Amino acid sequence: MNASSDVGYHAQRQSRWHYGEVAFWLIVLACGFAFPTRYLIMTDILRLALFAMSLDLILGYAGIVSLGHAAFFGVGAYAAGLLALHGIINEPVLALVVAGLAAMVLGFATSFLVIRGVDLTRLMVTLGIALLLEALAERFSNITGGTDGLQGIEMQPIFGQIPFDMFGKAGFFYSLAVLFLLFLLARRVVHSPFGLSLRAIKNNPLRAAAIGIPVNRRLIAIYTLAAFYAGIAGALFTQTTAIASLDVFAFERSADLMLVLVIGGTGYLYGGLIGAVIFRMLQELFSTITPQYWQFWIGLVLVVIVLVGRQRLHRWVLYVPNLVIKQVAGRRAIVAVPESDA
Amino acid sequence: MFTKVHLLSMTAILTNLFDGVAYGMLLFVLACGLAVTLGLMNFVNLAHGAFAMAGGYVCMVLVNRMGWPFFAALPLAFVSAAAIGIALERTLYRHLYTRSHLDQVLFTIGLTFMSVAAVDYIQGSSRVFINLPAALQGQFDVFGVGIGRYRLMIIVICGLLTIGLQMVLAKTRFGSRLRAAVDDPRAASGLGINVPQVFAFTFAFGCGLAGLGGALSAEILGLDPYFPLKFMIYFLIVVTVGGSSSITGPFLASLLLGIGDVAGKYYVPKMGPFVIYTMMIVILIWRPNGLFGRTAAR
Repeated sequence: MNASSDVGYHAQRQSRWHYGEVAFWLIVLACGFAFPTRYLIMTDILRLALFAMSLDLILGYAGIVSLGHAAFFGVGAYAAGLLALHGIINEPVLALVVAGLAAMVLGFATSFLVIRGVDLTRLMVTLGIALLLEALAERFSNITGGTDGLQGIEMQPIFGQIPFDMFGKAGFFYSLAVLFLLFLLARRVVHSPFGLSLRAIKNNPLRAAAIGIPVNRRLIAIYTLAAFYAGIAGALFTQTTAIASLDVFAFERSADLMLVLVIGGTGYLYGGLIGAVIFRMLQELFSTITPQYWQFWIGLVLVVIVLVGRQRLHRWVLYVPNLVIKQVAGRRAIVAVPESDA
Repeated sequence: MFTKVHLLSMTAILTNLFDGVAYGMLLFVLACGLAVTLGLMNFVNLAHGAFAMAGGYVCMVLVNRMGWPFFAALPLAFVSAAAIGIALERTLYRHLYTRSHLDQVLFTIGLTFMSVAAVDYIQGSSRVFINLPAALQGQFDVFGVGIGRYRLMIIVICGLLTIGLQMVLAKTRFGSRLRAAVDDPRAASGLGINVPQVFAFTFAFGCGLAGLGGALSAEILGLDPYFPLKFMIYFLIVVTVGGSSSITGPFLASLLLGIGDVAGKYYVPKMGPFVIYTMMIVILIWRPNGLFGRTAAR
């Protein structure tokens, strides 16, 4: 067996669907039926998961550090809000795609700024872009509604058939469908040769360039795709909550997103999904204990995670599940420890 | 009130320039500690503003609640922020010097969140003011140019500090140790320089300066629990735009930022902070290592 077919074999084996993954999605779907009173928070988790998956695409797979991912979320949110408010596109799914495309255009335009420079410059530039957009949104308050946000958004039924209900049931299944579709796409992308080349770039850009990978073009492509995902997440936010205000661009949103991904782990797509669930639960827990100061505990979690070490933490967390899987299936763990990042 | 003539009059320009310089000097004192940690030690410390806030609140408590004179409280703001700095450096920061930038960012964001919530818990979320002595209030005219007393004091204090810092870095034994430790930590420790100690001391001193800056800035920038988040970007701009090869770079960058921000808010108030962010992005794209960085040399 020669080297290239060997690589192909392993890549294909990696990309196959595992029982664990199927079970994961079945559980998510089951949650939709099991907790009919909890649609609002579950929808919130799904949005956050999609947003985190978007960051995972650039951080976990391409190694681009971003402190301003909320920029794309915000653009998607406002785009969806404006489309619905002015009745330009009434059909939610179409509006969703258009909002995603708007964020994608911004992502493409700013990707040229982001691929330049080292980590630190990237942090600064991404942060700067998000702040810039926030300032712009505040400046053009006649369009964005300023600090009050867009008000009076009324969503039309999905495909003209399914109306958004006040319990958020339609919103939940709508979000879940969007998340699942985009997950399938992301899964296809990261297991493709394109995705493998991204990992090569992340591990060592110089070496990747030396073996003939067009580093900058690949980074631009994935950054643009991630912007699309974030835009969709933002649009979902507006469509399911019927509000869009300045805080969609806030720094805290980008920072929280980092935490979500760090909790879940980067570089295996499920990190964002699992992280979103844990993050929201932690947030709920903290805000029931200390309503005003939950941020303190979130900060503490971040500090502890970093001090303990993300690698070690994930080994601990996955220890029991992997042990069970090993016993039951009699083979190596399927829930892999995420690769080291950045 | 603001006629076109008034806007462009010489005195208005000079007043703005003066305010801008004061603002810039203040930013420099606030951020120069970060220039050392970020630029020289290559550690992304987003929690730098938290030390400034600590100094500011210590000063506020001493002056307003315990009746200390303002000028006696300033050194204590420095000392307390430096003490917090060294305690954190020895216990936490030290372990993160060799970690990735992502880890450092996450860690310091965590610290920032904690500090914001903690101060909010202890002192409440509203903006606080420090009672200033009468001698520092009001302004006087020099050839029609309004000179605020408080701002003049800031320029004097910060100017002296800048000169002092430059002298320490360039002339003293500690300064040369620091520069050696930064240039090549391994070679420096080979020469018998205690690099971690030098870094710890520098870190603490930088935090102290931030604390002093925080106390001075309560009047101009406003002091509330969200201070570290609100001004984080300003500190980062100073350092990334200024580069890290010397303290001259951050100093010039602070002045530029201060004057730009004051003038921007005065002449194009509608654009708000837009001017500053655009400036930063353009400069970073044009010179990724900062305006006064050492790209040319290396």
